Amino acid sequence: MLKILKYSFYDLMRSRWSYVYFAFYLLLGIVLLFLNNDLSKAVITLMNVIIVLVPLIGTIFGVMYYYNSKEFTELLLAQPLKRSSIFLGQYLGVAISLSMSLILGLGLPFIFYGLFMSSAIWDFSLLLITGTFLTFIFTALAFNIALSNENKIKGFGYAILLWLFLAIIYDGIFLMSLIMFEDYPLDKLSLIGTMLNPIDLSRTLILLKLDISALLGYTGAVFKQFFGTNFGLVVSIGMLAVWVILPVFRIVFKAKKKDF
Amino acid sequence: MKIKIVTFFAMIIVGFLQAQTVEVCKDCTYKTFSDGVKAAKDFDTLIIKKGTYKEYNILVDKPLTIIGENYPVIDGELKGEIITIVSDSVTVDGLFIINVGTSYTEDYAAIRVKRSMYFVIQNVVLEKLFFGIYIEKSQYGKIFHNKIIGDAVEEYNSGNGIQLWYSKNVEIEHNFVQHVRDGIYLEFSDDCLIKNNVSTLNIRYGLHFMFSNDDVYQDNTFENNGAGVAVMFSKRIKMYNNIFKENWGTASYGLLLKEINDAEITGNSFEDNTIGINIEGSNRINYKHNDFINNGWAIKVKGACYTNSFTENNFLYNSFDIAYNSNVNDNVFDKNYWSNYTGYDLNKNGIGDIPYRPVKLFSYIVNRTPETIILLRSLFIDIIDFSEKVSPVFTPDNLLDNNPKMKRIEW
Repeated sequence: MLKILKYSFYDLMRSRWSYVYFAFYLLLGIVLLFLNNDLSKAVITLMNVIIVLVPLIGTIFGVMYYYNSKEFTELLLAQPLKRSSIFLGQYLGVAISLSMSLILGLGLPFIFYGLFMSSAIWDFSLLLITGTFLTFIFTALAFNIALSNENKIKGFGYAILLWLFLAIIYDGIFLMSLIMFEDYPLDKLSLIGTMLNPIDLSRTLILLKLDISALLGYTGAVFKQFFGTNFGLVVSIGMLAVWVILPVFRIVFKAKKKDF
Repeated sequence: MKIKIVTFFAMIIVGFLQAQTVEVCKDCTYKTFSDGVKAAKDFDTLIIKKGTYKEYNILVDKPLTIIGENYPVIDGELKGEIITIVSDSVTVDGLFIINVGTSYTEDYAAIRVKRSMYFVIQNVVLEKLFFGIYIEKSQYGKIFHNKIIGDAVEEYNSGNGIQLWYSKNVEIEHNFVQHVRDGIYLEFSDDCLIKNNVSTLNIRYGLHFMFSNDDVYQDNTFENNGAGVAVMFSKRIKMYNNIFKENWGTASYGLLLKEINDAEITGNSFEDNTIGINIEGSNRINYKHNDFINNGWAIKVKGACYTNSFTENNFLYNSFDIAYNSNVNDNVFDKNYWSNYTGYDLNKNGIGDIPYRPVKLFSYIVNRTPETIILLRSLFIDIIDFSEKVSPVFTPDNLLDNNPKMKRIEW
């Protein structure tokens, strides 16, 4: 598995897209920091970008990579190799290279700006951690979609739909249900609703760490009571981990049964 | 009648002519503050020399000028009230008063003025207090250049820095109040002037009005209080050039207006507050030339606010500019600068060509169902805000600024 991982990783590292992705984050980080001059504001803006863009890039890139390397995968399948190690290797290769672009691209400008001296370092590391989690989650979901669909167009369609659902439509449904049930106590419902969507969960985790959390008022207080404790943090990180592990299991399961 | 007045003045003049100085110190004839007061005659000057005086319940019942030399310490040893003034024309200057007693049945104060006129309290330093300066049914006084530093932790067992109760025509200037319940509190007190004070880190409000009319407060700074200023059930209050800053917390605001009519709010700056101004049941108020910078909500309008006008204010980088909970609007927004304005100005007259709608759909939804605030900064919210901006359905139709400025307004 490690060999395949290494191969996928180096293959991607050599490809243009990783550089573009890396350069994009580098530029974003530099522009934000030197136009804004305020670390915690920059973290908020970055959060807005990350919770939308990272899932999108993760899904599209995952699907694209799978379809592109299909011939190579078939070649590998002819060798005496375990199927799970082939697909997991590829998956980890994509996810790790994307995460590296993200972490280096954003980390470098912040380090040059003097992140280690600043108190925003924890907010920033949380941002990078959730960003990495989101990359792993959405790449895994993308591999699932690609494995289940031979048809490229269909696969891309589902991938975009998945992103659209989790990033936008889910919030719409969530909002509607909150308004519909406004006569009932909604603390638990909103807490559960946030936990179920990795994008919402990451957004809430970061928001609560920032000053802006005072805006959240009473609901925010309930959330803070939950997420502010170690228990809450462990649960939410655990939830993100579950979002990684379940799709990965399905990749392994699906790959074993699939006819090529 | 004339003769009466003449004799009155004659008495005062005679009194002044006879005024003498009484000194209080460890080695003087009079060793305690109370002895000094007893020994002094009307209109005498009482000089308290440097030292520590462990006394409380000092009753000043004659017109005296009490001057502390090099800040003598009056230590109440937490036993009760320290100085009570029940005579007209008393001046207290330059004392350092500590350890006022705490009581749940009586409001012990460091200095209390009761039913008196023409009092002056200046250059006094108060520490470890319950109530600081308590003015009761008194008039024409001056509270000037005092420093009050409390150690209040909870609302129920702490007192206010400067409290006025049924008092009129009092000037409160250049005071510095910190760590008490309410920095300055006015109840049933009319025609007072509150100027150049700094009120910070108080548990409840920096400044608090209740049932007080025709007061003016200007050039004050309210920073980091539970809430900056609360103006309640009062009429014709003028608020000029104050700074409301960093009143930040889940239930904090810079300025709370509740049942206020005919007020003027001009030239103030609201910066980094969770809610800049929280308005409830307030009518005919003019908001002009105020700066709202970096607040969560710049202005939150709850019910029953009519004929208010908001003109030539700057709204800069607030998460929400205006929150409004009904779709009827009788308030006027005109010629403000909104940093969130995205319109254009083709004829270059400095006024945007399309009106600005300060109420976002999301702020309307949040007002209805507060729990939805957890969707703050979600992409979906940005999308619905945009579509509402293009064609308003939920937010008040006529709530718009027809002449939004293109540049920040300077005055």
